Amino acid sequence: MSEKVLFAITAIFNTPDEIIKAAEKTAEKGYKKFDVNTPYPIHGMPNAMKLGRSKLGFAALVFGLSGTLAALLMTFWMSAIDYPTIIGGKPYFAFPKYVPIMFEVTVLAAAIGTVVTMLFFFFKFPNNSHPLHDTDYMKKVSTEKYGINIQADDELFNVEEIRKLFSDLGAAEVGEIYWDEEEINTSPKILEPKFLGFLAVTAIIISGTTYFGLNKLMFMVPFNWMMEQDKAIPQETTNVFVDGFSMRMPVEGTISRGAIPYPYYGKPELAEKLMINPLDYSEENLALGKKKYDVFCSPCHGYFGEGDSRLRGQYPNPPSIHSEKVRTWSDGRIYHVLTEGQNVMPSYSTQMTREEKWATILYIRALQRALNAKESDL
Amino acid sequence: MSSETKIEYSKKELPASFGKAGYTLFAVGLVLVIISYLVDPVRSSFNNLIMLMFLSSIGVGSLFLVAIEYLGGAVWSVPFRRIPEFLGAIIFILPIVAIPVYFNMHDMFHWTHTEDVLSDEILSGKVGYLNIPFFTIRVVVIFLVWMLFYILLTKRSRLQDQTGDQKLTASNIKISAIFMPFFAITITIASVDWIMSLEPHWFSTIFGIYYFSGTVLAAIAVVTFLVVYLTEKGLFIKGIKTDHYYSLGALMFAFVNFWAYIAFSQFLLIYYANIPEETYWYLNRWEGGWIVVSILLIVVHFVVPYFGLVSQPSKTNPKRLKFMAIWILVAHIVDLYWLIMPTYSPESIPFSWMELGFPLLTFGIMVIVFGIKAKKENLVPIGDPKLKRGLDFRL
Repeated sequence: MSEKVLFAITAIFNTPDEIIKAAEKTAEKGYKKFDVNTPYPIHGMPNAMKLGRSKLGFAALVFGLSGTLAALLMTFWMSAIDYPTIIGGKPYFAFPKYVPIMFEVTVLAAAIGTVVTMLFFFFKFPNNSHPLHDTDYMKKVSTEKYGINIQADDELFNVEEIRKLFSDLGAAEVGEIYWDEEEINTSPKILEPKFLGFLAVTAIIISGTTYFGLNKLMFMVPFNWMMEQDKAIPQETTNVFVDGFSMRMPVEGTISRGAIPYPYYGKPELAEKLMINPLDYSEENLALGKKKYDVFCSPCHGYFGEGDSRLRGQYPNPPSIHSEKVRTWSDGRIYHVLTEGQNVMPSYSTQMTREEKWATILYIRALQRALNAKESDL
Repeated sequence: MSSETKIEYSKKELPASFGKAGYTLFAVGLVLVIISYLVDPVRSSFNNLIMLMFLSSIGVGSLFLVAIEYLGGAVWSVPFRRIPEFLGAIIFILPIVAIPVYFNMHDMFHWTHTEDVLSDEILSGKVGYLNIPFFTIRVVVIFLVWMLFYILLTKRSRLQDQTGDQKLTASNIKISAIFMPFFAITITIASVDWIMSLEPHWFSTIFGIYYFSGTVLAAIAVVTFLVVYLTEKGLFIKGIKTDHYYSLGALMFAFVNFWAYIAFSQFLLIYYANIPEETYWYLNRWEGGWIVVSILLIVVHFVVPYFGLVSQPSKTNPKRLKFMAIWILVAHIVDLYWLIMPTYSPESIPFSWMELGFPLLTFGIMVIVFGIKAKKENLVPIGDPKLKRGLDFRL
């Protein structure tokens, strides 16, 4: 332990009037590094001590204004840029409704900023000890007495003079305070790894139990009756019907409204012979046929019917529709293929109506004529 | 605390210039007011209503300051309590100022048109409150309540100058406590009846406190101005310190903020709820020429006084305080103008010599009332037991 040095000379007074007078006299003598400790704030003390204005206000101003700006930018960014939502018919950037938030954040930032500034710049955190701590002097002035102390590093410091000054002022007690350099606590207990570890473990336990308790133990299913209702879902099994299918077949011996049964299933010759195209070559019919051809036929047959599939070999390429065989088929024979399917080609009855099929056939004919035009077409 | 402070006050006459200024303002104002009544009685009665509300602000606001000092047991304001007491006498002028408004009521208040009210669903729902007989009763009762409490509060204070009896302070505290609820109710009714019912469809539940905030601010501003003025002229008690000035400035600053807080709250609630029957009142003041006055009001009534009084030195500087006090009084007139005049002229801003005559008369009345009271009575409550502590006051 190193030797203790003198920190300050203290004096204790019994009344607030005496301490104000003592502070005035001390300031008059030209002492700079002195302080007054009283159990409660005494009116007029800053003037008596000739203290300048505290600079803490500027910290509050800077932090407050940055809070205002941050809140403005935050609300602006959230409600006008990142997630623009119209609320109550207001524009995205509706200044009046930001004002309360700006006000709150200003107050919050100013308050926290001021406290932190005070801790770090004025109290010199992380040091949290002071030579006056835990002395008889401090015990007295924090209960019923009024104390003043002049620090030893003051330029005018002189033990005898100060003792005389204090006793002339009528001090009840004059004392000296010694301290040890080592007392300056640069690593307070709250920064020790043990304490920080304890803090982290506590945080993890509390947040973990909270998470487990609220999300697992006490979990309540949120409202999802729309999703969880009893219903038959297509392509799924169900226990409503005996056969276990949720999708139903039409009742035997009936057809759906507007449906015309196709009588030539498995009979392509009859279809070739008996059916004729009911549609004319009109611009409308060709446009409809082109549309349907491009949607349903072209993926395999190609836009011009040359069998140049766009499926890049994922599916077998069909033969060209410009072959002699297809060109000599009647419209009814092609209709039969569209309705019943052929080889790997499925039926298109579910996708296309009768009229659309006939229109598509008109378009196919037009495509065939385009490649194998007769002389009369010129 | 030490009690070395001496009460050094000897009654002096106010300077002749004070009275002269008052009578000049009064005479010029009165001539302009009479001419404008001959030219355009409706417009003049709207201006007259502004004058009435302004004088009510000063009169009742001063009475409120006196009562709040008794109730709070305030010490620092005791040396200048007489100033609001003098200004409270304006209450006796109010009925005279109100008479022209009352007789032009039919041209100002839409709800006085019985046939319109009956055909209007909203207004016929309010007919139980907004009808002429009940309105008249309320006006009379409000004036009587104010006069009664003015007499009760100041009588004991005057008596104390001679006797120095402490019991008078105690009974004034009781009277102040009784006055407070009456004050809250009467000032709410006054603001609702005389300003809000100009637009009978519109309502704002915060309106009473909005008018109250302006009222108290204006009253503090007048008191501050007079304290600085009288001290500069050497007519006031010795010992008014920067601590007193600072407190007056801080109170003024606080009420500037309070007014802004209330004004913004009223606006924000109506803006956010976006209900047509509420928003039209603000739209009237935001569209057309009135937007200029609305923005001017924010600047004049909040921004300038805020930055004018925010720093510590500005609150202790008597010159700055005097300037800001006058500024705030003008701002209060702008506030009342903004509240009242759009009903008269929703499209354009009416501003000419007519609008100048009434404020001149208003200030004339204030100066004359104060002059008359100051001639008869002490400027300082010399018998008040708290006076010495008031002078000793330190921040």
